[in-house]
Amino acid sequence: MEFPEGLKYTKEHEWARIEGNRVVVGITDFAQEELGDVVFVELPEPGTAVAAEGTFGVVESVKAVSDLYCPVSGTIIEVNTDLEDHPELVNDAPYEDGWMIVIEASNRAEFNELLSPADYQSYVENEAGS
Amino acid sequence: MTSATDSKRTPLYDVHCQLNARIVPFGGWDMPVSYSGIIEEHLRVRHHAGLFDVSHMGEVEIYGPRAEAAVQYLTLNDVSELQDFQLQYSALCNDSGGLIDDITICRLAADRFLLIINAGNIDKDMAWIQQHLPAGAEATNLSDQKALLALQGPSAETILQRLTPAALPALAYYHATAARVADLAVLISRLGYTGEDGFEMMVDGQHAVALWQALMEAGQPETILPVGLGARDTLRLEARYLLYGVDMDESNTPFEVGLNWLTKLDKGPFIGRDALIHAKAEGVAKRLVGFVLKDRGIARAHYRVMDGDTPIGTVTSGTMSPSLEQAIGTAFVPPAHAKIGSEFAIEIRNKAIPAEVVRAPFVPRRVKR
Repeated sequence: MEFPEGLKYTKEHEWARIEGNRVVVGITDFAQEELGDVVFVELPEPGTAVAAEGTFGVVESVKAVSDLYCPVSGTIIEVNTDLEDHPELVNDAPYEDGWMIVIEASNRAEFNELLSPADYQSYVENEAGS
Repeated sequence: MTSATDSKRTPLYDVHCQLNARIVPFGGWDMPVSYSGIIEEHLRVRHHAGLFDVSHMGEVEIYGPRAEAAVQYLTLNDVSELQDFQLQYSALCNDSGGLIDDITICRLAADRFLLIINAGNIDKDMAWIQQHLPAGAEATNLSDQKALLALQGPSAETILQRLTPAALPALAYYHATAARVADLAVLISRLGYTGEDGFEMMVDGQHAVALWQALMEAGQPETILPVGLGARDTLRLEARYLLYGVDMDESNTPFEVGLNWLTKLDKGPFIGRDALIHAKAEGVAKRLVGFVLKDRGIARAHYRVMDGDTPIGTVTSGTMSPSLEQAIGTAFVPPAHAKIGSEFAIEIRNKAIPAEVVRAPFVPRRVKR
């Protein structure tokens, strides 16, 4: 189970890589393992406005449909279209090629609400799962 | 065995844990939904072989001088032509013609029949059988004593033959034999729920682990994998086999779900016959069809089927087919929309995704005929 340094995390099992005002978002190793084989990812169009803790799309495994939650508010400026034909990238490389969206953040104060790798790992090990 | 939470466990529970299975509660049982992953397990069954623990399913024996008449009365299909160790797919219906369960029947002898029933319906079916059993027959619930393993895939015969003196090439589809497998007493039935060639093996619970280990070891050259309920569901849906409680329940007649062929209205009296004769004359108001999606999306249970702005039906089962890499599903629609090639839409999160009715099965069945 990976909890890379250099990223921030949410209790909804998303990760955020903050690059100035750009925030790259995906789901964590824990999330992809819980889901099992990812077979479909539904993402919005660039230009879509999003709010922290609101949903921005859906990730589907063989058996289930799961909502995707925004770690921060802003506007979606990039979408990983590779996931249309290769949803399995979310399983194989959740922190790299499995990235989902890039948000242009509108409120940098929200960054302080995100979890550190240590806090997220602790959350996963104690509350979210076994 | 029961857990602290009162969920039931098969004799293979510890084996599943050792194999790092993902265990989920399923109808009162702690069952493996996957081991290495649903898609990998699914494709391994299609291309080589997979081993399933389906010990949660139920086994009921009906025996006595009037056993055949009893089974004939309780079920829809005609058992009168069955030979010893021959099986048939069948169903139990209530007085209104509603489906209580879909089952498999094996005639063991003129006075002994084995019914294999769905795990979630064991108590219901047993109560129904006891309530309606005619004189001259008894019923015993063997479910807690028996384990059931399914070996499925094109390599199944090769693998199993290593462990048994029974001549498997001579064992026909929907026939069974009582044989030694890994020197254990097993009832081997040539059938399954995947659309591939394969065998279901019933054994006393105390021998389940030994049988499982023997099969896993014998299947190594063919790259056998343990397979969970997740892939069992995608395999059966590709093969267009029904799942009780999902595709149909007591509100459905056999005619609505394509079970006309096993509803033998002319065989003589059985429970539900009068209602079914009437239902057949009236015609169905809806039929279960198979469809594929023509655009991106996955249909799921309870999604609405739309004809323009008009809801016309409901999805019962749906998934992304691992073999076809296409979204497939089954849905109830009015008969006018049930023809092959009919087009409608599936409502997925407020979007109408086009779909088309296709022939069954989605993936060709390769059972041994």
